[in-house]
Amino acid sequence: MMEIKTDDYRIWYEPDTNAVYCQGSLRLSGMAEYAPIAELLDEVVDREPSQIVLDLQGLEFLNSSGISMLSKFVIKVRHKKTIHTIVRGSKAIPWQGKSLKNLQRLMPSLTLEWE
Amino acid sequence: MTQIFGDYNEGQPDSPEFLIIGFSPSSVPLKQRWRNNGLSADFMADYLTTFFLGSEDNPASMRRQAEIKGAVSFIANELLENAMKFSDETSSYPISIQLQLHPERLMFFTTNSIPTQKVKEFQGYLEELVSCDPEEMYVRQLEKNALDEMSTSSRLGYLTMMSDYMARLGWKFETVQKEPEVMTVTTMVELPV
Repeated sequence: MMEIKTDDYRIWYEPDTNAVYCQGSLRLSGMAEYAPIAELLDEVVDREPSQIVLDLQGLEFLNSSGISMLSKFVIKVRHKKTIHTIVRGSKAIPWQGKSLKNLQRLMPSLTLEWE
Repeated sequence: MTQIFGDYNEGQPDSPEFLIIGFSPSSVPLKQRWRNNGLSADFMADYLTTFFLGSEDNPASMRRQAEIKGAVSFIANELLENAMKFSDETSSYPISIQLQLHPERLMFFTTNSIPTQKVKEFQGYLEELVSCDPEEMYVRQLEKNALDEMSTSSRLGYLTMMSDYMARLGWKFETVQKEPEVMTVTTMVELPV
């Protein structure tokens, strides 16, 4: 299992369900610091599963550099053309209600599921 | 000399309800104090909720409180991240963030020094920002970031505030010292609540 864990956040991939879970608070200082997470996401995309679930229901905070990282992931999936993507968000976490729709604007076929 | 960009206004500097946090930029290396941005932002957001009381019997008031808390936390964190990233490292000019409470709006002000050689590029970006359609420019910026592996700055903070939080932004550049020249930029964010 691929996993990145610190005091502030935990990101992990569950191969059985092709799901990546992001939990905690992600406020890293820029793309270089986000690189390990971006690599984990890239690795999942490179496996070319028929479906990827990005579960953000435990992600309390994300800064704009993190939004940029997630949008890069969505654009990469979009280029593959064959991967159906589901993003799971939580209406109880205010930033998600405001900003997750932007991922769908990048890839209209992306499914947003709300808890 | 003072230069203004966007919808800058001073709010009410004598507003009776405000909170200011100040930082001395050179005391600890940036990497070590990065976490402090989030802590300060969350503190401001927590502090503010005492003025927007939610009642458990009233789900709408609880939702509103959570929305305001989330917005303050996001905006204050982005402003502090920018101030820390772009302030002039050779200057000892302090970084400050102020939050003013007004009926129906919150106002944020961050002030930091800026290296004089970076001013022109930053102002060029601001000119583009204040005349754009934020939603359209936001998506364009995401696409651009995806192509640019080397970029260190996502340039999404202000756009997210404008496009997702309906905030109004403005900037004030001032020369606060001559020889050596020290310039500061104050970023204002006005958030309807």
